[in-house]
Amino acid sequence: MKCHLTIAAIALAALMPLADAAVLEAGGDPLDSSMWSDIRKTVFDSAAVQFDSRVKVIAPASAENPMQVPVTVDASALPGVVEVLVVADFNPIALALRFYPEAAPAFLGFRLKLQQSSPVRAAARTGDGVWHVGGTWVNTVGGGCTAPSAAGASREWQRRLNEVSGRQWSEGPNAGRLRMRIVHPMDTGLIAGTPAFFLQEIDFSDAAGRRLMRVQPHEPVSENPVFTLNRGPGDGPVEASGRDNNGNVFQARIAQ
Amino acid sequence: MMCRFAAVIASCLALFGACSAAGAADFDYRLVARPLARDVYAFIGKTEDFDTHNGGNIVNTAFIVAAQGVIVIDSGPSLRYGQQMRRAIAATTDKPVVLVINTHHHPDHFLGNQAFADVPIAALAETRTEIAADGNAFAENLYRMSGDWMKGTEVQLPTKTLSAGRLEIAGRVLRLVALDGHTRADLVIVDEASGVVFSGDLVFNGRAPTTPHADVAHWLSALDQVEALTRESGFKVLLPGHGEPASDAAPIRQTRAWLKWLTATMRDSARAGLDMNEVLALPLPPEFAGLPVAAAEYRRSVGHLFPAAELNALEAPK
Repeated sequence: MKCHLTIAAIALAALMPLADAAVLEAGGDPLDSSMWSDIRKTVFDSAAVQFDSRVKVIAPASAENPMQVPVTVDASALPGVVEVLVVADFNPIALALRFYPEAAPAFLGFRLKLQQSSPVRAAARTGDGVWHVGGTWVNTVGGGCTAPSAAGASREWQRRLNEVSGRQWSEGPNAGRLRMRIVHPMDTGLIAGTPAFFLQEIDFSDAAGRRLMRVQPHEPVSENPVFTLNRGPGDGPVEASGRDNNGNVFQARIAQ
Repeated sequence: MMCRFAAVIASCLALFGACSAAGAADFDYRLVARPLARDVYAFIGKTEDFDTHNGGNIVNTAFIVAAQGVIVIDSGPSLRYGQQMRRAIAATTDKPVVLVINTHHHPDHFLGNQAFADVPIAALAETRTEIAADGNAFAENLYRMSGDWMKGTEVQLPTKTLSAGRLEIAGRVLRLVALDGHTRADLVIVDEASGVVFSGDLVFNGRAPTTPHADVAHWLSALDQVEALTRESGFKVLLPGHGEPASDAAPIRQTRAWLKWLTATMRDSARAGLDMNEVLALPLPPEFAGLPVAAAEYRRSVGHLFPAAELNALEAPK
């Protein structure tokens, strides 16, 4: 019954002005997850939270590879986003990533390890302190967080750690896009004898030193992370720099 | 959770309704030996993905009735399948099974081995290694997908190593062609007496190919070699790993067209800067959209193949 009520609520919400819809949706989790009330409490504490269809999470309904689940977060339809966090309710480490869109729109693609089928949610905080939440269910065979990284089977990564490959697109339908891959095992710390080892901070800035976006990955981000950004207005090379939780730093210039 | 649980119950009820008519409750695969040529038979599986309704009967297996015994080619997805296959063979011939060949290391081709544990089971060296390494994980996955049809199924490893060349067995001459590309070792068998070419999963007919262990460049070159076999004067029938048998190379061309389109789509999408979810959302061209399980296999293949294409595009100098 709970299910039907939720569906009815969403259907109604579609017919209502946005503000009313948000109030109605806030009454129940549209993804109907038993973990939501815990997530709500631990991640957002007493802050205002509302479900908002302007925060989109795109991910496959059924993910073939739980080690590499593609997640695209697009909160660019919501004005004034200062911070976005991504959580997977049923992951042993729920928080996957935070990003702070500064000059760039609130859009980020990356890949995620999933331990089991789970809602994947993005929460976008606007300047008024309200968290706007959207999300989707991803079904998967699971085991993504407790399977060893491929790096665990080869020492190759030690030589290539933090090696960056990236590219920008200045023409065509994806003009303004930047994609970047970093070699990193992104170990979750959930495998006996392999401590957590993951990229923690990545900054993207333009040639003038203006920050486009700050990304703070957590353990569940997939091995050898690939990020997709839309850089917004402006051109020229982008400087990417950051570090992992062991203090290994990297810096790379992504030419346009 | 309540909602999902209710949905599961609903789908179970729907399945139960459908299955009781089709005979799922008795776990009978209804295997019928179809003659391909004189003394050569195949069990043709459905062009579907594994589920609790088909029990994994989505694969083609075959047998050759040779002068001194029966040669089995692939053993199916489960112990039950292997047992029922053996009974269906016994209903066709009194001769004993003398050899089982596994064409490659995918579970629908070897998990029936248990039913043939009393006879030699042979595969290419690399296939033996891969079954030993991945067999249990594959079996576990099929328990998840096919459910109770899998009851009692365990990995029975091959006991003999095959290599390319002429194999004389039970009074029959088989030509073994060792290729790769669908997996790291794909065995193609030519039965010289009948002109039947058993291509294993290098060829799919009327079903989208699967790519979890594919090296597409190698696969395309293997397809050229299989096509050459169909141009030999003795060629009669091509039995693909999945889908209907054919008397020409049309299924080879179809498999090649799919793989070429897939590779080009991965490469072009990566070069155009698409994110993986955008690649997943691309529409299938009309040529392939109607192919059974095309949408599902395309999505799986993006997961298997896009990361390499992406790396290539990101590392390439502009």
